[in-house]
Amino acid sequence: MLRRHLFSLAAGAALALGLAGSAQAQDQFIVVQSTTSTQNSGLFDHILPIFQDKTGIEVRVVAVGTGQAIKNAENGDGDVLFVHAKASEEKFVADGHGLKRSDVMYNDFILVGPPADPAGIAGTKDITAALTKVAETEAPFASRGDDSGTHKAELKLWKDAGVDAAAASGAWYRETGSGMGATLNTGTAMGAYVLTDRATWISFGNKGDYQISVEGDDRLFNQYGIILVNPEKHAGVKAEAGQAFIDWVLSAEGQQAIADYKIDGQQLFFPNAGG
Amino acid sequence: MFSFGDIMSEAFVLILNWDRNLSEIVALSLRVTLSAVFLSCLIGLPLGALVGAFRFPGRGILTVLLNALMGLPPVVVGLFVYLMLSASGPLGPLQLLYTPLAMIIAQTILVTPIVAALTKQVVEDLHGEYAEQFASMGLRAYDRIAALLWDARYSLMTVALAGFGRAVAEVGAVLIVGGNINHVTRVMTTTIALETSKGNLELALALGVLLLSIAVIVNAVVMALRASAVRAAYA
Amino acid sequence: MRDTVMDMIPAQVATSAALLEARNLSFEAGGKRLIDGVSLTIREGSRTLIMGANGAGKSLILRLLHGLLPPSAGQVLWRGATPDHTARRAQSMVFQRPVMLRRSVLANLNFALSMHGIRGAQRATEAGRALDMAGLTDLARHPARVLSGGEQQRLALARALIGQPHLLFLDEPTSSLDPASTQMIESLIDAAHARGVTIVMVTHDMGQARRMGDEVIFLHAGQVAETGPIDQVLSHSRSEAARAWTEGRLYTNSTL
Repeated sequence: MLRRHLFSLAAGAALALGLAGSAQAQDQFIVVQSTTSTQNSGLFDHILPIFQDKTGIEVRVVAVGTGQAIKNAENGDGDVLFVHAKASEEKFVADGHGLKRSDVMYNDFILVGPPADPAGIAGTKDITAALTKVAETEAPFASRGDDSGTHKAELKLWKDAGVDAAAASGAWYRETGSGMGATLNTGTAMGAYVLTDRATWISFGNKGDYQISVEGDDRLFNQYGIILVNPEKHAGVKAEAGQAFIDWVLSAEGQQAIADYKIDGQQLFFPNAGG
Repeated sequence: MFSFGDIMSEAFVLILNWDRNLSEIVALSLRVTLSAVFLSCLIGLPLGALVGAFRFPGRGILTVLLNALMGLPPVVVGLFVYLMLSASGPLGPLQLLYTPLAMIIAQTILVTPIVAALTKQVVEDLHGEYAEQFASMGLRAYDRIAALLWDARYSLMTVALAGFGRAVAEVGAVLIVGGNINHVTRVMTTTIALETSKGNLELALALGVLLLSIAVIVNAVVMALRASAVRAAYA
Repeated sequence: MRDTVMDMIPAQVATSAALLEARNLSFEAGGKRLIDGVSLTIREGSRTLIMGANGAGKSLILRLLHGLLPPSAGQVLWRGATPDHTARRAQSMVFQRPVMLRRSVLANLNFALSMHGIRGAQRATEAGRALDMAGLTDLARHPARVLSGGEQQRLALARALIGQPHLLFLDEPTSSLDPASTQMIESLIDAAHARGVTIVMVTHDMGQARRMGDEVIFLHAGQVAETGPIDQVLSHSRSEAARAWTEGRLYTNSTL
């Protein structure tokens, strides 16, 4: 009786695990560690099928916060790192986790805010002046507070404006510790200003009656870089396929695919490889 | 502003426009969760029955531990499994990270304590009734466990459903170990999280309604099976 | 107490061997001595009754003899030796309230048969026979727990006898049953005894005692107050306790 039970239980377990295994693709695939904002913009849904059709390589994107993406890549849990935090990326390569960093594309950050515009900055072109006014009027501001590329860019802007925003954390400066979408959800609900990348904002489905308060400043420029994870540090890295992807993204065809991606007729990312 | 009507009509539209993508997501959710519940029962039912039916040193501590583990935060389990399965971790060479199997493992860790702790209680109550009779019949440990588990089958169905509820609803663990990769490891809960982060709140809620409906269907099927078994017993 | 060669020779006293023996058995719980230095012998093929007032220790003694409880002192011997696994299998017990598995009547019997290693076609035959004997054939597929008290006890008895035990313990099997069910149970016990099963039964019913017993062990306050043939203990009691009880004066376990 024991043997009979054990046999049927083992068969069931094998079936369960086998079903799980069937989800694993038999074709080649690589894992790209990237950010939620890039994923949510829809860029990958546009360019990856083109690459797969051409090379037969499936690209699996793990979209997490910038810090987590970099950490995952350091652990060898990805073949390619594709984020927008230049200083951290350069350190990644300097520490030997990646082979070489290349510029891919840029988009820009914008400051969005409530129609009531408590800081009176709508339409301004100067981001540091605007942020200074936000601090002066103590208008609510929602920050990602999660060490992401966007967050680091935001902190630099506060520094340039000479404002110690951290001191006001919990008062008018609200750190959500979340991704871009979550921070936008929270910020719009509390009538706060939010620094976001344009791509996320355009495709964001919960804008309410928010508008773009500040855009166009050169300092709002957001650069993306791509790096192959060092195969010498982690034996499992698919160096060849990963490099194929990087080469394609930086090629004329890949760059064109990026430029072709539009939402509502608006181009979101501006290719600048080789720059 | 959101209206309940908007959400329900969005849910209705979602179902009407049922596409391959949605099938994929729902199928994967069920596959991962049902596999995890199955494995959890495989481990948790005998474990719970053993602790419930027998006295041994350390039984009290084990009980407290099992009960406490029912409250394991999913995201912590996800983190732990990630560290195990990471290329830099001890099980890295198995290359299980970012696969449905990793998600099954994480959910099994979450659900097994629930199954074990609840089974222990059910069996303990039942065993109190049967203890003398079993001793009189001179039953071996294996026979006792098997008899108790079968006799408690209806209560244990509910235990399994509790495990199912926990697994189908969690997002923290599967997000970290699965990576929410499109067409590979994206399930209903991670899709809801994704759509929320994109600000598509009505779609996210509609998916939530769908998830709830599926949970209701699973529960209804199990209850129907139970009712027909009870009816057959009277035939 | 070391076993001597003399102890190993089976006692061929009277007509049959000593099947079960208690030597100076004691049991303590909660700081109280509930069984105090009880010694007794159960002979093969006999019908022994254990009687006494409430709290005298009757059910306890039964459980100690069957091995369900470990004694605080003294020992129980099965066929002159320490009981092992086969000893337990050769004994069966019917409890005051029947313990039914949450399955059908037939499944309850099948369970007992399987536990004795009987499967397949033979199991079906034996189960059918047991159902017949207990008069439960029509109720075979019913969940055991919806049966009446009398039917459940018949099932418990049939289940206890299914493994061909050498000794059957019964703890007040009919105390909560109506006269008709009581009669059915008693005839089943008689039939088993006729087949050679040794009977040890606790009862507080004097009429039942006279019908069902040959020997009586009368307990009082955890000790053996008196033993002997039925007639002698009940009609011509030599101990104060037994006399008080038969005359209806002894209600509890109090000292006389």
